[in-house]
Amino acid sequence: MNLVNNVFSRLTNHFCRPQKSAKKAKERLQIIISHERARRDHPDYLASMQKELLDVIAKYVAIDKDAVRVELERQEGCSVLELNIVLPQQE
Amino acid sequence: MTKIIVVTSGKGGVGKTTTSASFAVGLANRGFKTAVIDFDIGLRNLDLIMGCERRVVYDFVNVIRGEANLNQALIRDKHNKELYILPASQTRDKDALTLEGVGTVLDELRKTFDYIVCDSPAGIERGAQLAMYYADSAIVVTNPEVSSVRDSDRMLGLLSSKTKRAEEGNGKITEHLLLTRYSPKRVSKGEMLSLEDVNEILAIPLLGVIPESPAVLKASNSGVPVIVDSESDAGQAYADAVARYLGEEVPLRFLEEKSNWLKRIFSFKEKEVV
Ligand SMILES: Nc1ncnc2c1ncn2[C@@H]1O[C@H](COP(=O)(O)OP(=O)(O)OP(=O)(O)O)[C@@H](O)[C@H]1O
Ligand SMILES: [Mg+2]
Repeated sequence: MNLVNNVFSRLTNHFCRPQKSAKKAKERLQIIISHERARRDHPDYLASMQKELLDVIAKYVAIDKDAVRVELERQEGCSVLELNIVLPQQE
Repeated sequence: MTKIIVVTSGKGGVGKTTTSASFAVGLANRGFKTAVIDFDIGLRNLDLIMGCERRVVYDFVNVIRGEANLNQALIRDKHNKELYILPASQTRDKDALTLEGVGTVLDELRKTFDYIVCDSPAGIERGAQLAMYYADSAIVVTNPEVSSVRDSDRMLGLLSSKTKRAEEGNGKITEHLLLTRYSPKRVSKGEMLSLEDVNEILAIPLLGVIPESPAVLKASNSGVPVIVDSESDAGQAYADAVARYLGEEVPLRFLEEKSNWLKRIFSFKEKEVV
């Protein structure tokens, strides 16, 4: 029985190889590094500017802080600051 | 024009000192007047790897503090008269190196040397940043392993922002990837990141691949940089990397598992059985 089991597990191992660990390493690295690169490309003032912009908007409309997306995109020769704010529905 | 090369990595223990020593010997063997500086204040080790530990009298910090002049601190290599070593101090004062002090010493060295190789300490703090600040080019030493690759990427970020060239907008530092402790056997088994993987992630020009090799320990045991062991795989791989640094086109070697015909027959049989 044990022998059969052993042979069976070796066969399944052979045909359905478990994911190689190097492949997993590469995928995890690609994700974390692209994340860290994006963050390091942000100028230092971005965080405080973002907060001040939100404060100004909040003076006029009640906004949900989670409904705000700020993104900085680098393009050739210039950077684009994209503010995405979902305003609450007017009553 | 003198070129200042920093050997850096972020992560510790990946092979910076091994690389600095072999690179400096390689450049000197090509006839360039070369100085190699140990920036690892408090943890002096380059002297051991270069085999000159018993000849250290004055060090880098002594020179910066004006307690010795540069000629008193520089140690001439036993085998190559074009090569000089500037050892690190063993002081525990981490602030012993100053930006101005390092700049002054490098300017003095520029007058006589063609190449200055800076062996960076590990980490991303002050010591590592001082080692890279004045560099013209960087050798980023990376092991095929997640934390080393990630740290290398962070070093690339620092190299493009926290250096004199970056601050003055004076042209980018040239970046070179040196993949070390590479084990083709483990790569072929899918256990280790491959050269292609690391290349794709870091995306900087490749200077070379140094195989994991027992010759490296043998070399450090005897205080002779591994490049001198021209019979060894690692020694040859370092010589190739130096040649590429100097602009020569040299094909990559040691990327395949050493092929052993006996082993090949056995692995063939194994497949047939399954
Ligand atoms: N290609 C290689 N094959 C086998 N062993 C190696 C190889 N390269 C380096 N080593 C070993 O790895 C260890 C660390 O090497 P080294 O001192 O050069 O690293 P380092 O990056 O300078 O370390 P630190 O960050 O502490 O300064 C040493 O024991 C060395 O012998
Ligand atoms: Mg070291």
